[in-house]
Amino acid sequence: MAAQAQKKKRKFSWTRDDTELTLLSLPTTVWYILFSFLPMFGIIIAFKDYKVTAPDRSFFYNLLLSENAGFDNFKFLFQTGGMWDVIKLTLFYNIIFQILGILVPVTLALLMSQLYSKRYGKICQTCMFFPYFMSWVVVTYFVFAFLSPDNGLVNKVLESLGYETVNWYMEPKYWPVFLIFLNTWKGMGYGMVVYLATITGIDATMYEAALIDGATKWQQTRYITLPHLKNIIIMMFILNIGSLVRSDFGLFYQVPKASASLTPVTNTIDVYIYNALKTQFSPNMSSAAAFLQSVVGCILILLSNFIISKIDADSAII
Amino acid sequence: MAKKQLEGIEKFNRVHPVTNALFTVLFALLALICIVPVIFVVIISFSSDTSIQQIGYSFTPQEWSLDAYRYLWNNREMIGRALLVSIVVTVGGTVLGLFLTTTMGYCLSRPNFKLKGFLTWVVFIPMIFSGGLVATYNVYTTVLHINNSLWVLILPMAVSSFNVVICKTFFRTTVPDSIIESAKIDGAPQLQIFFQIVLPISLPVLATIGLFLTFAYWNDWWLSLMYINDKNLFSLQAVLMSVEKNIEFLAQNASTMGVSAAEYAASMPRESMRMAMAVVIIFPIACAYPFFQKYFVSGLTIGAVKG
Repeated sequence: MAAQAQKKKRKFSWTRDDTELTLLSLPTTVWYILFSFLPMFGIIIAFKDYKVTAPDRSFFYNLLLSENAGFDNFKFLFQTGGMWDVIKLTLFYNIIFQILGILVPVTLALLMSQLYSKRYGKICQTCMFFPYFMSWVVVTYFVFAFLSPDNGLVNKVLESLGYETVNWYMEPKYWPVFLIFLNTWKGMGYGMVVYLATITGIDATMYEAALIDGATKWQQTRYITLPHLKNIIIMMFILNIGSLVRSDFGLFYQVPKASASLTPVTNTIDVYIYNALKTQFSPNMSSAAAFLQSVVGCILILLSNFIISKIDADSAII
Repeated sequence: MAKKQLEGIEKFNRVHPVTNALFTVLFALLALICIVPVIFVVIISFSSDTSIQQIGYSFTPQEWSLDAYRYLWNNREMIGRALLVSIVVTVGGTVLGLFLTTTMGYCLSRPNFKLKGFLTWVVFIPMIFSGGLVATYNVYTTVLHINNSLWVLILPMAVSSFNVVICKTFFRTTVPDSIIESAKIDGAPQLQIFFQIVLPISLPVLATIGLFLTFAYWNDWWLSLMYINDKNLFSLQAVLMSVEKNIEFLAQNASTMGVSAAEYAASMPRESMRMAMAVVIIFPIACAYPFFQKYFVSGLTIGAVKG
């Protein structure tokens, strides 16, 4: 009894180890407080009519002095800010990105695993991985080389074939296709390599057994490979579901060169927040939009994780 | 013998040769789509401006020229400074990020650490929730006062919860508890155990996270766009991002500037120059990444293990 109590005490008492580990984790904890948690408190700005009354004092001082606005910022956002269009556009792109972001790399990984020459596969992988390492600013110049209205390759080819040239950066109708293509192009190599790593990790004897049982290539894929990929696909899906309300600022702002005529097809949520903050200097509208983005994103992750844990407890990430 | 058998079965279990040929062609096309834009930009950067004016951007320019690079070299003060900023931020950020990420990862991997539960939440919450752009912007500029300094390019990207989890899982699964226990019995403090025993045997995860960080810092333009107004603190990405504006600015002001400056602006190889800037950014990555590619994959597969 006494020994048990002592054991219990030891389990809960603070040891030298704990002090040392606390010290070791302190710098990172401070980083998290300053760079992640302080901004989280700032999120109440969405419910304030933010006014900088004392410019030399900090953001939080001004924030607390600002008047409560209740849900006025949100009302304003939806009634005059055109938020619905922004949300619709963001969801439109993200649903397509989400589907293609799983479909294309998984398909390519399945095809690549069937190539005879592994060496050739490696070379192709290295090439296809390349765009992943390019920043959107650099990609902007790749795109410009093809689409520049004066010198771009596409217009020059159109010209030589006798067609009308197109002022690409002024024509919104083409851009959804371009943006979807670019997003897929940039991510497919990485995704493919990740899924391929899982496929090559599958025990080869399973395929042997399947072959002896007379399974066709398609049946092997359907009943051996895909089930093995299930967990990682679900993990990627959950990780991405929170970004349904996020849009890649580089893709939607830099690549179309912030062209005003393309706004109808590029004004996704992050572009909207950036413009509201940096060019219209409207902290109220942008903070309400940012609040929606954070909260809805959080709910989406928790919800999808919850649903998946109900269906298959092993696949949930939390 | 067993190996030979397996090979035989693999040979039997292959797709049809025609299918294989189709796949080969498909992947050749995809590889080309990914590589050709880079080659195109490199070719443009070596084209003369007269050639570009006549036939546009082309894979086969009429005239090759080094003007763009000569112009960059003449502006080496500006470009050199941007390069220096990029290098300082990349190296500094990677080192700091590695330190912060691995220490936290290690502490979370110790099963008996009393604050483990609390710190796990500290790391986990930012994964699913963030303060959003507006609050973050205001905190950085008015509370932390780090805008317009190198700090704003380094600090915000140093830690990512994803990397911390990768580290934690790696330490938990790969570093045997017995090593740490025996060091503790010998009286070594945790700090010493971490730096002298754990880190040296954790090089794979250090390489993976170091590379994630290096590429992220080298490719970052967002923090420059948001927080840097001082042109002296522009990184290469930031210069490339604003190069268009700068060129237009120079061209527009050519008449109001002195004659020599006007001539200078007129002689500037505008078209090829921006492509040359892009090449300066791409070049180090293109040289380095084929060797490091595998670490990226291992990073994701380590992280995939639930911890």
